[in-house]
Amino acid sequence: MTAADIHRTIDAVFRIEQAKLIAGLARILRDVGLAEELAQDALVAALERWPESGVPENPGAWLMATAKHRAIDRLRHGKLVERKHEELGREAEALEQTVPDLDAALDDDIGDDLLRLVFTACHPVLSTEARAALTLRLIGGLTTDEIARAFLAPEPTIAQRIVRAKRTLAEKQVRFEVPRASEREARLSSVLEVIYLIFNEGYAATAGDDWMRPQLCEEALRLGRILAELAATEPEIHGLVALMELQASRFGARTGASGEPVLLLDQDRARWDQLLIRRGLKALERAETLSGVPGPYVLQASIAACHARARTSEETDWVRIAALYAVLAQLMPSPVVELNRAVALAMAFGAQAGLELVDTLMTEPLLANYHLLPSVRGDLLHKLGRFEEARAEFERAAALTRNGRERKLLLDRAAACTRA
Amino acid sequence: MRFMCMVKSSETWRAGPPPKSLIEAIGQLGEQATKAGVMVEMGGLLPTSAGARVTLSRGKVTVIDGPFTEAKEVVGGYAVYNVKSKEEVIEWSKRFMDLHKEHWKGFEGEVEIRQLMEGPPDCQ
Repeated sequence: MTAADIHRTIDAVFRIEQAKLIAGLARILRDVGLAEELAQDALVAALERWPESGVPENPGAWLMATAKHRAIDRLRHGKLVERKHEELGREAEALEQTVPDLDAALDDDIGDDLLRLVFTACHPVLSTEARAALTLRLIGGLTTDEIARAFLAPEPTIAQRIVRAKRTLAEKQVRFEVPRASEREARLSSVLEVIYLIFNEGYAATAGDDWMRPQLCEEALRLGRILAELAATEPEIHGLVALMELQASRFGARTGASGEPVLLLDQDRARWDQLLIRRGLKALERAETLSGVPGPYVLQASIAACHARARTSEETDWVRIAALYAVLAQLMPSPVVELNRAVALAMAFGAQAGLELVDTLMTEPLLANYHLLPSVRGDLLHKLGRFEEARAEFERAAALTRNGRERKLLLDRAAACTRA
Repeated sequence: MRFMCMVKSSETWRAGPPPKSLIEAIGQLGEQATKAGVMVEMGGLLPTSAGARVTLSRGKVTVIDGPFTEAKEVVGGYAVYNVKSKEEVIEWSKRFMDLHKEHWKGFEGEVEIRQLMEGPPDCQ
């Protein structure tokens, strides 16, 4: 192996082991920031030694042992003892005793540590952006540079964000634990929100961007899949995973040959990824067997599943989609959900049914500059043969959209109304 | 990026079932990979006696039922990983082979790693 090969191997090993390493260390040290530093130290040690000694038989155990030795050194040098006194003194002793026990260092309980780490990185004391950056750093194992490129932010900004987040966690004395029942629901939704934000950040990326942006979808999927195994009894986690798998299954079909966006109903379904669809439907099944009232992610995944199950767009079960949107709208009232429900109603029961709901949204301030409102209304009016009104709506939508291709499409439709 | 890993070995190794301890260890590794969020799909294949080959040669399509006794090595199982680099899937495959080394004395075989051409969401 050349030095470059070894470095790539170390990168790969570290990617596999890092989150477990940080999680295990954070449990002992009760300090996520310090745990990450020590994990980095272990990586540096590997980079120094492995090119000469070769990659050890059990690299994960090696990294953990090295990190623990560093932790003991740090504790002995008293930097921490000042801060945490006797408690850490005792920890240092306990730590020393555990060092030779390498198997235990990588035991199965690591799952609980990892879950604690996820909940800590996504703690509500942090801003959503900080949570996302910290989660990608600590659990996803992305470098600061990679996170910066993914979020189109300068690297120092992200570095600062991560440093501050870690400091905030220490200052607010956030406990390294899985939240108790009373706050679990709120804390869990904070975690799910972060993962879905990461996914959407990648999903919204257009072609030609830095490859790190689409990579975010993969990272979010991976985080979701990890979480689904760690907290397998939470239906909303499986709902989120199902939603992401199903949305990702359409990735290859949602842009045309020249990069133009292709709407769901016009997509070539042969290009949908059946493996991801299968995984998505399975995740949804897992969520449904866990009983309870379906939450927003399960509902959105159920809607996505209606599309995934239809072999052609004509086979789509619009009645069911409209019903699911109605439940979703009650759970999290939003004019955007209502607009989607209107589309489903129109598909299920005819344009008039959809138009009646759309008309109630016309004074909604949140949708005042939302181009899809006039665009949907124009489409429904067109279907009803009210061409003059339809044309006005298409023109209004064209003026509101910021996407050039979409504007052209809308103006074409407006022109077609004039000819009709 | 997605990779398919195919485990190949001579079918003489498949005459009998693999050791129980190996099957258990592979199950644990699969669980680790699932918990790490990188395992997308995995499966084992029955012996070639349960399969067939459809061959096109010199303009003629022929069907041959298994077993393929002449084959030096056959695929015994597969896994699809979604990882960040080829090195990462190599690392998982090394761990997979280490289990064979530990639990199945004398076993010889290989894992062939191939990148899947289309893997939405892709990063091409």
